[in-house]
Order: sequence, then C-alpha cells, then structure tokens
Amino acid sequence: MSEDRRSDAYPLLRRDVARQITEGQDDLLVIAGLGSTAWDVTAAGDRDLNFPLWGAMGGAVAMGLGLALAQPERRVLVITGDGETLMGLGALATVAMQAPANLSIVVIDNERYGETGMQITHTAGATDLAAVAAACGIPVTGVVRDQAHLDAALPVIIEASGPVCHVIKVRAEKLDFVLPPKDGVHLKNRFRRALLGGEAVI
Amino acid sequence: MILFEKPRNKVILGGDYWEAIGVDWWQDIFDAFKASGVAMVAYVPDAGHSALIDACVADNEIRAVPLTTEEDGVALLAGAWLGGARGALLMQSSGVGNCINMLSLAATCRFPLPMFVTMRGQWHEFNPWQFPMGRSADAQMNTAGVETMTAAAAEDVRPMAAATLDMAYSGGGMAALLLHQKLSPVKTFEAGDGK
Repeated sequence: MSEDRRSDAYPLLRRDVARQITEGQDDLLVIAGLGSTAWDVTAAGDRDLNFPLWGAMGGAVAMGLGLALAQPERRVLVITGDGETLMGLGALATVAMQAPANLSIVVIDNERYGETGMQITHTAGATDLAAVAAACGIPVTGVVRDQAHLDAALPVIIEASGPVCHVIKVRAEKLDFVLPPKDGVHLKNRFRRALLGGEAVI
Repeated sequence: MILFEKPRNKVILGGDYWEAIGVDWWQDIFDAFKASGVAMVAYVPDAGHSALIDACVADNEIRAVPLTTEEDGVALLAGAWLGGARGALLMQSSGVGNCINMLSLAATCRFPLPMFVTMRGQWHEFNPWQFPMGRSADAQMNTAGVETMTAAAAEDVRPMAAATLDMAYSGGGMAALLLHQKLSPVKTFEAGDGK
C-alpha cells in the first residue's frame, strides 16, 4: 500500500462513528457537510434537527458557527469531511475568534474525495487538520484513530466547553447512499419548526 | 501606491472621519438594522463600510463577525437563521465574486439574506483591478438569484436599506443594496485635502 492510501486500513468506520456520536443526543443541533457525512448522519437516523447539506461545499463550519452563536444554550455539532473542511479553512479561524463554547466540529477524515471517485485529499499527504484548527486558535482539538480514542473523545464532543475540533480518521470505503430529503426549503422549515416552533416558518 | 495605502488606512479609522467630512448614510443602514431586529452582522473589513462596522461592533445587541472570505458570511447567516437570528452581510464589490457558489445555499433553501455592497470600479477609480467586479457585480448577483437595487445618492440609502431588509425577511429571499462608489469618501480623501 502506498503511503497516500494508508486510510484503506484505518480501523474506524464512518457510519459507526456517526452513530456513536449522535446516538441518544436528541437535543443536538447538527449541520452535516455535503456528501458522505450527510449520508452518515442520515444512516444514523434522519431527524428534524439535522441539516444535511447537498451543496455549499466549504460552508458547513461557518453555518454551524452562525447556528451556535444564535443558540448559545444548545450544543451544535458540525460533522463534515476532510475535503469539505479543506475548502473552507478560513472558517476555522473565524470560529476561534468568536469562540462559541457550544460548538463542536467533527471532521470525518478518510483522506479522500468520496463523492467524486475517492481521489486523495491533502490530508492523505502532510496536512493535519487538527493542527490547523489548533493553530487557528481553537482551544480543544484532537485526532481520533481508534475506538479507545473515540471513547475518550465522545464526551468532549458532546459536552466540553469549546469550541472543539476533533479529526476522526476513518477507513476509506465506498458505501451505499442513505439519502436525506434534498429539498432545501423543507430541510430549513423542519429544522426551525423543531427548534423554534411552528410560528418560525414563513 | 503610497497615496493609496495611507489615506485608506485613515478611512478605516471609521466613524470619526466620516462624521468630519459629513458623510452619514451609513447611519441610515445602521438604523434600518436596528429597526428590523438584525442581531448578527458579518463582514470582511472594508473602508467603505468602516463607520457602519464600527457602529455594529459597538452595539450590544448586534454580534459583529469578521470573516476571512465573504462566502463564509452566506453560510454563517444561514446558520444564524436556522437558530432564529436575523443577520446582514456587508461586502465590497470584489466580495461578490467570492460568494457566487455559496449563494446557492440561500437560493435553494430560500434563506433570507440581505447584503450591502460598497461598489468599487465605478467612479474616479484609480485601481483598474477593481474594474471587473465593479462592472459585473450587479449582473452576477442577479444571475445568482439576488434582487438588487443601487443607491446612487445619499438620500436613496435610508429607504433602500429598509426595502432590502424587508425583501429579505418578509419576502424570504436574497436582496442586495449596491452603494455606488460616488457615495464613498475614499476618492475625496485620496486627493489629500481631507474634505
């Protein structure tokens, strides 16, 4: 195996990771980055307080920041991929500057662009997104490589004072699609109705 | 080049300078923000918006969020809206180009998104690198699905700012107010007379 294909052998599996993070967290507000992480959270259970992105690549972290600032009493999870994060790295610096304690960013890092043919991303090379997040000034960062790491990271992701950015290294695998609704207005309205009540839908 | 850098730095000092030269339309935008309950203002620092940005930073009810690129503001304010907060995005015409793909988020989901754009490349512009976005920002926004209007005189700003916010928050869509370069004091200051 060439060095840049090392993620073929990583032990953690993305669907299992997404399920472990979200299981039983009924109050969690979730922004899922486009592509595989949107399918992952949907496989764990489609819910009104998930906002799965079908586009807007590079926008998941910034969107989660806006939500976290607007809802400071609620935990916000951005779960997204390495390619999606790489497209919007500056948002990590903006998160650090605003420093919302209720925001957790989880990068499901398979070191590939999963939706376009599993081409390697920069994280298959020298780029360390947790180090990028730390250098941006995000106070709680880490890299999760196995189940023992994940067991330790889960309470941090769910309840530590943040902002948190954990990079979870997962196996590069091609999986069946588990698709959430794709109508953006529906996704928006169901989220606002569940969070803010029926009057919030215009 | 030196003439460019130093005067711009002084303009960026913000409200005091604007007040000194009698340009106060930024206050009309700020008043419109307050009247419509804007709670978050996102921006990439900009000379033309400097006094408005200062006012937003100083306001206890507005969360002012500086960005590294304007497209992040489109996503940020979509997230804010999901959480029940109204926002507005400030940018220069060059920032419009940075936003185009991210506007698909607001377009597809019909997120309310009011934008306030200080134009360059329109009026005594000395930097030709500003011409392309100055020429195309309005058309590009329209093509991306944004309703636009242009304030070409200071008295236009108050009603147009209110209309832009209303189209975003009552109409439920993307609306932009383009502020013609002739409204901005940058060129006057570059002449060196301070008036």
